[in-house]
Amino acid sequence: MNHTVGVDFDLVAGMAALVAADAKPEVLAVRGDVLVVRVADVVLKAHERGTDLAVLTARLRLAGDPRLSELLLPPRSAPAVVRGRVVTAWPVGTPVEQGEPETLPMEQAGRMLAALHEFRRADFAPPVPIAGAQARMERAVRELPDGPGSGVVRRAFDTLEPLPGGDTLIHGDWHLGQLVRRDGYRLIDVDDLGVGDPAWDLARPAALFAAGVLDPRSWSRLLDSYLDAGGTAVRREDPWERLEAPARALVVQMAARALTAAQRDGKPLTEAQEALMDACGRITSEHEPIPRG
Amino acid sequence: MQCPKCHANMRTFDRMGVHIEQCDGCRGVFLDYGELEAITRLETQMAPPPPPPPVAPAPAQVHYVQPVQQPGWGAQPQYGHHGYGHRKRHGLSGLFFSS
Repeated sequence: MNHTVGVDFDLVAGMAALVAADAKPEVLAVRGDVLVVRVADVVLKAHERGTDLAVLTARLRLAGDPRLSELLLPPRSAPAVVRGRVVTAWPVGTPVEQGEPETLPMEQAGRMLAALHEFRRADFAPPVPIAGAQARMERAVRELPDGPGSGVVRRAFDTLEPLPGGDTLIHGDWHLGQLVRRDGYRLIDVDDLGVGDPAWDLARPAALFAAGVLDPRSWSRLLDSYLDAGGTAVRREDPWERLEAPARALVVQMAARALTAAQRDGKPLTEAQEALMDACGRITSEHEPIPRG
Repeated sequence: MQCPKCHANMRTFDRMGVHIEQCDGCRGVFLDYGELEAITRLETQMAPPPPPPPVAPAPAQVHYVQPVQQPGWGAQPQYGHHGYGHRKRHGLSGLFFSS
C-alpha cells in the first residue's frame, strides 16, 4: 500500500550521505511518514516520526544478535538521526515475489516463525522491548477517520478484550512483505520486534484466511510447517483457541487501514478489503462489546 | 431449459429437496432463487460434531484432508477445498505483503 506523497528530498539526501557523500539515492517506498531509500547495496529507512530511539536501538540489538542471524536481517550500523528523524541502515535483500499461492514460501515462513518463537525474554540482556503488535492495532483504529464503514470497524474493535502479553520473542508485524532473500530468507522491519504472545505473528494470515481472502491450502501450509517445526503459539488440536482473538484484532487493524487509505486516496475498497469489512460485521454479531471504563 | 452458457439442454435433478438444473453439455449447474440458501441450510444440518481431541498426536497428513478449522466469524466454505474460488484474491497482495 505504497502511497506516494511529497518526498522530503532533503531527508533523502541526508540519508544517502550516511552511505557516501556522492551517493545516488533511489526512493523505494513512502508509507505515510516512513521513507525507504536505497543507496548502492544499502537500504536506509527513516522511521515514523515519534519513534523512540532507545527502544528502536534495543530492537536493533536483537536483530544483530548472532543467535538470530539466520532469522533476522542484521542492521549495518546503529541508528542515526537525520533532520530529526531516526534512520537505520540495512543490507539489500530480494523481496518475496507476489505470485500465485503455490509459489509463496509458506513452509520457510512457518519454520522461521517457529524458530524465532523459541527465544524468550530471559535469553537476552535487558532491556528487552515489548512487541508493538497490540499498539499498532490500536493506532490503526485511533487514526481511522469517521466515514462510511468506520462504525462497524469500531464496533468490532470494541469486542476485543485486552490481549495477554508474553515472554516469547515475536516479530510483531509479520506478513510476507517482511521476508527477503539474502543467503536464505531473513525477516526485516524490526519496528514491532519484542516479547509478546507469539499468536500475533500468525494473526495476519489467520485473519486473511478466516475472512475468506487467503486460500485454505496456503494457510494450512503455513500453520502445519509452523507446528511441525515445533512452533508454540497454538495447539495443533485447536489452533483457534489462541488465534481467534489476535486474528480478530488483525481483521480490525487491516479494515481500519484499508478504510483510512481508501478515504485518503478517494478510491473504492478492493474485494479483499470488502471481505474484511464483512468479517467485521460478522464479528460484531458474534461477540458482545467489552465494557470499557 | 437451455444452458445460458453453452446452450445445451439442462436436466432437472432433485437432491434432498433442492431442485438443481444441470447442463448435459458443459455440466454447469443452475440454481433457482433460494436454492443456494437451501443447500447452505442442508450443509449446516449435516455438519459433523467437532472431532474429539486425539489421544496421540495425529499424523501430519490429517490437516490436509479435513476441512481447515476457522473461527465462528470465518467466511471459508466448510466442506473441503473444492469450489474455493479466487473471488476475493483481488487485493490479497496489498494485505499480505504490506503493513
